[in-house]
Amino acid sequence: MARRSLFLGVMILLLWVCAPFSASATDQLMLATTTSTDNTGLMDYLAPQFKKDTRIELKWTAVGTGKALEMGKNCDVDVLLVHAPKAEKKYIDDGYGKDRTQVMYNDFVIIGPKDDPDGIKGLAVNDAMKKLVKGKADFVSRGDDSGTNKKEISLWRAAGLAVPDKEKWYIQTGQGMIATINVATEKKGYTMTDRGTFIKFSDNYGGNPPLIPLVEGDSVLYNQYSIIAVNPARCKNAQYDLAKKFTRWMTSKKIQDLIGNFKLLNKKLFIPNATH
Amino acid sequence: MDYLLSGLIQAFELLFKGDPETYSAVKTTVLASSLSVAASMVIGSPLGFCLGYARFPGRRSVRVVVDTLLSLPTVVIGLLCYAFMSHRGPLGHLGLLFTIPGMAVGQTILGLPIVVAMTATAVENLDDRLKQTILTLGADPRQLLLTSLWEARFALALAGAAAYGRIVSEVGISMMVGGNIKWHTRTITTAIALETGKGQFAMGIALGLILLALALMVNVAMSGLKRLSE
Repeated sequence: MARRSLFLGVMILLLWVCAPFSASATDQLMLATTTSTDNTGLMDYLAPQFKKDTRIELKWTAVGTGKALEMGKNCDVDVLLVHAPKAEKKYIDDGYGKDRTQVMYNDFVIIGPKDDPDGIKGLAVNDAMKKLVKGKADFVSRGDDSGTNKKEISLWRAAGLAVPDKEKWYIQTGQGMIATINVATEKKGYTMTDRGTFIKFSDNYGGNPPLIPLVEGDSVLYNQYSIIAVNPARCKNAQYDLAKKFTRWMTSKKIQDLIGNFKLLNKKLFIPNATH
Repeated sequence: MDYLLSGLIQAFELLFKGDPETYSAVKTTVLASSLSVAASMVIGSPLGFCLGYARFPGRRSVRVVVDTLLSLPTVVIGLLCYAFMSHRGPLGHLGLLFTIPGMAVGQTILGLPIVVAMTATAVENLDDRLKQTILTLGADPRQLLLTSLWEARFALALAGAAAYGRIVSEVGISMMVGGNIKWHTRTITTAIALETGKGQFAMGIALGLILLALALMVNVAMSGLKRLSE
């Protein structure tokens, strides 16, 4: 009896586990995207609609922009959704990708403790960066070659400062955006984040986050997200047609409106700006 | 601290309300780990037998190598597998990257040294008279292998359980080779990494508890099997 029920149990388990293999084959588009679009829940919000509209299944892997570009170079994905314009342009020039299309933007903000120990509130970005170097509080960096990390490094340089590395007050987490903000929270320090992820972070704290935006609104803090198709001339396996469909879909009025309606705490996380 | 309690409550909610994302992650975890434990056992136990039974020059060095491989970090295995399975890599044409079989390959590399080392130890510890008896009864090498492994079956089961424990809890290979793709290669551990990344700690704890529940079921089934075979 015990043997039989064990056998039965194993068979049921096998059937359940093997079920995915019998699923019918649909077109699948492989996307590499940044942690900000995934951590905020934007991809979860868009993917079902994409399947409904085009019957294409969107599979995405969320990594930093640096790694996403690398995956495209290796022909392991079909399309990229990233936010590091300079690196993207070089990427296109080097022939790894094509059809770079802007889809949406938000902005970067420098956030820190409410009592602002280094006194950067409301300063221009360059002045704020200089104060952060002299101040006592820690600055927490992604340190992972992500789009946000690339932007932060460019801000130190633009302020005429050496990019910090081993300084005691400079902490490089090597982790995703929210994990990095959490480290800054524990250290009562500053960090830089895109606004979408900051709103998500505030939402985790029920709208009353321990860190608040202190420097914002400067034009250098603009954060553009774009789609890049992996170049089919280099990667035979890249599904260029599906990538084009995805781009057209993302830039359509309907989906641009949908992106504009993606809100947490009644705030927009990303602002659509496709040029079509 | 309230993460722990709300995590516990969420774990029950996910399981009993039948949350499809959680079940998808459980399914992926079960499938990938079953494939890789099975492969580790099938490949590893004969190798372990040879290592424990045969006497050849350099055997001690091979043993040291196997024991060293026990501490192979999962991210390194993940990285190596990615390099081989990437479309620019030598095995790219197989299309293993971002698939469950691809993850299982990496996890097999993780489980293999455990099975080999533990089987070898088990076989070394078998009574010497056993080999002589089997050989006197006129066994060929294949029968010798199977009979010895059968005699060491409890130690083998233990090796399987140890390999399973390491495989089901790893995150480096699943993340690097699987890519944590929702509905496809998202396992319980990569889902935990993601939820932690989102700052949803309670959800991470909930998923951790579900993983523990899964491990409990496997171990209960193992001890049931053991009782049946006695």
